[in-house]
Amino acid sequence: MHTKSLTELAQGLRSGEFSSVELTQHFLKRIKQYHDLNTYITVTEEIALQNAIAADARLASGQGAALTGIPMAQKDIFCTLDIKTSCGSKMLDNFIAPYNATVVEKFNQAGAVLLGKLNMDEFAMGSSNETSYYGAVKNPWNINTVPGGSSGGSGAAVASRLASCATGTDTGGSIRQPAAHCGITGLKPTYGRVSRYGMIAYASSLDQGGPMARSAEDAAILLQTMAGFDPKDSTSVDLSVPNYSAGLNNSLAGLKIGLPKEFFSNDLNSDMAAKLETAINEYRKLGAEIIEISMPNLRLAIPAYYVIAPAECSANLSRFDGVRFGYRCKNPVDLTDLYTRSRGEGFGKEVKRRILMGTYALSTGYYDAYYVKAQKIRRLISDDFKNALTEVDVIMGPVTPTPAFGIGEKIADPIEMYLSDIYTIAINLAGLPALSIPAGFINDLPVGLQIIGNYFTEDRLLNIAHQYQQVTDWHQHTPKGFE
Amino acid sequence: MEWETVIGLEIHTQLATQSKIFSGASTAYGAEPNTQSCAVDLGLPGVLPVLNEEAVRMAVIFGMAIEAHIAPYSVFARKNYFYPDLPKGYQISQMDHPIVGQGHLDIEVEGVTKRIGITRAHLEEDAGKSLHESFHGLTGIDLNRAGTPLLEIVSEPDMRSAKEAVAYMRKLHELVRYLGICDGNMQEGSFRCDANVSVRPKGQQAFGTRAEIKNINSFKFVEKAINHEIERQIELIENGGKVVQETRLYDSVKDETRSMRSKEEANDYRYFPDPDLLPVLIDKAFKAQIKAHLPELPQAKKLRFKTDYLLDEESATILTTSRPLADYFEATLKASKSEPKLCANWITGDLSAALNKAGFEITDSPISYERLAGLLTRISDNTISGKIAKQVFEILWQSTATADEIIAEKGLKQITDTGAIEIIIDKIIADNQDQVEQYRSGKDKVFAFFVGQVMKEMKGKANPAEVNKLLKTKLQG
Repeated sequence: MHTKSLTELAQGLRSGEFSSVELTQHFLKRIKQYHDLNTYITVTEEIALQNAIAADARLASGQGAALTGIPMAQKDIFCTLDIKTSCGSKMLDNFIAPYNATVVEKFNQAGAVLLGKLNMDEFAMGSSNETSYYGAVKNPWNINTVPGGSSGGSGAAVASRLASCATGTDTGGSIRQPAAHCGITGLKPTYGRVSRYGMIAYASSLDQGGPMARSAEDAAILLQTMAGFDPKDSTSVDLSVPNYSAGLNNSLAGLKIGLPKEFFSNDLNSDMAAKLETAINEYRKLGAEIIEISMPNLRLAIPAYYVIAPAECSANLSRFDGVRFGYRCKNPVDLTDLYTRSRGEGFGKEVKRRILMGTYALSTGYYDAYYVKAQKIRRLISDDFKNALTEVDVIMGPVTPTPAFGIGEKIADPIEMYLSDIYTIAINLAGLPALSIPAGFINDLPVGLQIIGNYFTEDRLLNIAHQYQQVTDWHQHTPKGFE
Repeated sequence: MEWETVIGLEIHTQLATQSKIFSGASTAYGAEPNTQSCAVDLGLPGVLPVLNEEAVRMAVIFGMAIEAHIAPYSVFARKNYFYPDLPKGYQISQMDHPIVGQGHLDIEVEGVTKRIGITRAHLEEDAGKSLHESFHGLTGIDLNRAGTPLLEIVSEPDMRSAKEAVAYMRKLHELVRYLGICDGNMQEGSFRCDANVSVRPKGQQAFGTRAEIKNINSFKFVEKAINHEIERQIELIENGGKVVQETRLYDSVKDETRSMRSKEEANDYRYFPDPDLLPVLIDKAFKAQIKAHLPELPQAKKLRFKTDYLLDEESATILTTSRPLADYFEATLKASKSEPKLCANWITGDLSAALNKAGFEITDSPISYERLAGLLTRISDNTISGKIAKQVFEILWQSTATADEIIAEKGLKQITDTGAIEIIIDKIIADNQDQVEQYRSGKDKVFAFFVGQVMKEMKGKANPAEVNKLLKTKLQG
């Protein structure tokens, strides 16, 4: 059952091949069986079964939606009513939200079954899932390697079939990079396409929730549920949501693909370059035209991001002060002690590093040199993309510089870790949609191809990804031992 | 040496919206602690602010009333600092791009009109309250107020005395209530003032070093706090000391200010644009719509009362200090057949005195404008005299009867029938021959005695003009 696509699962539920309860029990069993991967922070067994019973009843009455009765999991960054939402942090280990995130609410309304909350880097800060308070997640393709991050639990759970699909969030690559490392399809939608309400903020102007699934076809179904204007999120965009599945089979003849020379410089690992070339050749065969383009400001993306994101996070994380909810230090002697020890003990190292960087960048005397300058660079990078996207329909490139690296390999070297997102970060700065699809293997580890589109062209991106997945089977490979 | 004082005020005006500036929670005052704070006000993880359009509308109304530039593009920024009653660890405010730009307000002090510049006014959210009493050494946090919309109005350093500062504050207080954007309740903290005070030798151009006095919440305290601060600074300088830039707190019990924190200890607020909120764009249509519904401002209303109703300066000023009072006056006038001056005199005189005595606002008046109008009509058409009218007024205040009902029931109708008055006059003249002689020999003062006697005999109901006329004729023989 766990190998089926979302469409096949929906058919199975309707044909009576299996019930949602059976399907849910099957996934719950697998979650227990593969507990060592550490993909889940919380497994909501009871709720899942209640959801499944309700879904079976709804399906029986013919009222089901595309995701009714389908067991999925939420990244533990989305607030869930009456269920712990930890954001991968000790700070929120005791936090039970009194409300659902809009995204969670939408899945509930669709009748999806919630298996649980997925592991992630603490407050979505990390590229390896090693910063989680709940421990590192293991990559099912090689348990000594990282699944990527911050949506590492989502990537690993979908790849190992511990959930039929999952949600992720992407601030600098946190959907695409784990999708690439885990051999699944991950889409970061246009900023404003999916509501951020109830999604714990890391860097508000960059954060965007999106689907993590086995195929573009599945991702389209997920995005259909997630996307849409939300009056509770002022930055969500009031634009009608297209039918993401309708155009999946459109022809790619005449599609103009831009390859930024900055993405394919000598810095790119030669094995990786070869895999991407093969993938791009497939697109040639599908009728696409390949055009070399240049985006001179891309090199500034990492420094700009590591000013803007920490600056926003330094304010976003101020609310975790030990006063109203979350971790509070024992026996504070006064207010300052309460603040410093609660935050000092509740946050992990990487989170503290980013809060410090952001606080510094916003300080009097540094603000213009760092924050204002970074915003100017952000504009330049956006302009690079806008200009490029007048010449070409989409831009392709790597998702990561290398396949998944070893657990423990980069955690002590933050700069090295930050460079894992060198190909994904610029897209967040520009607010564009981009997805990662499996495009082969290097040493039995998956490689991702990144496809970047113009604002609100998620339908076209999914179409382009789906067409590739019709002529290749990389997305259908399953890690050994998880078949 | 002669010193000159320089004062600038920052006034926090609580906007009279139903719900908070970034959430749907109620702004009503006085609820049980923490019953009016939703997830957004509590700053729970994942929640997002959504701007209340009504707060924007009120800020624009204010901007128009002070003839200010309304920013077509304004930006909310985060002001970062830690405090237990600041749930998010930052306050959403405006820094570089406030919604209201340069404007002005005219004040009058001792008959002289002076224009005070207003630098800017910006929207922000209020914090909660820390309650230090009755928690056995702990601090209680009430977040009901957190997220209440404030308009912070910053003046230029244009005031030169505590009197001017108070006049400006009063004028502003009157204006925001007029505009209906603030209830002005100072006890509840709806209108709070911080004062920046410095002194300099008279004639010197450069400003002296200023101290900021925080949170002075009554007109009386503003004047006292500023005067105290001026004295402190002058004394300090004259004794060879230097004023340091700092924040001071006014202690109304001891009537002194004391240092809270110096400039060096001041927070670095690390302002930056709030990424959760889009810039506020105000277009011509939005402004035009507000302008069309802008109420008449106090200054314009006062001028109109003087020209249209021929009221004197004093009455026009009093009647236009509050919109409900001005409205009451105009409604009464319209409903009665009386002269504006008579109407104004009754409202600023007897009615105001009675309201003051009872501690009522005009809106609480037990005498509706219709009932007062009924009284004024009967004075104007000579049904009752001014003196009798005061008796009727007393009963109006205590009952729900109309003036006509009271006049009829108590038989207070004025006697204008000359025949009836003549009979009485003849009797009085006959009974008081001595006084008649005195009058006729040139003692004019005795005339008042006769008037008094007639009125007494007629229980005050005789028309005084008629009595005078008839008496004169009869006494001259």
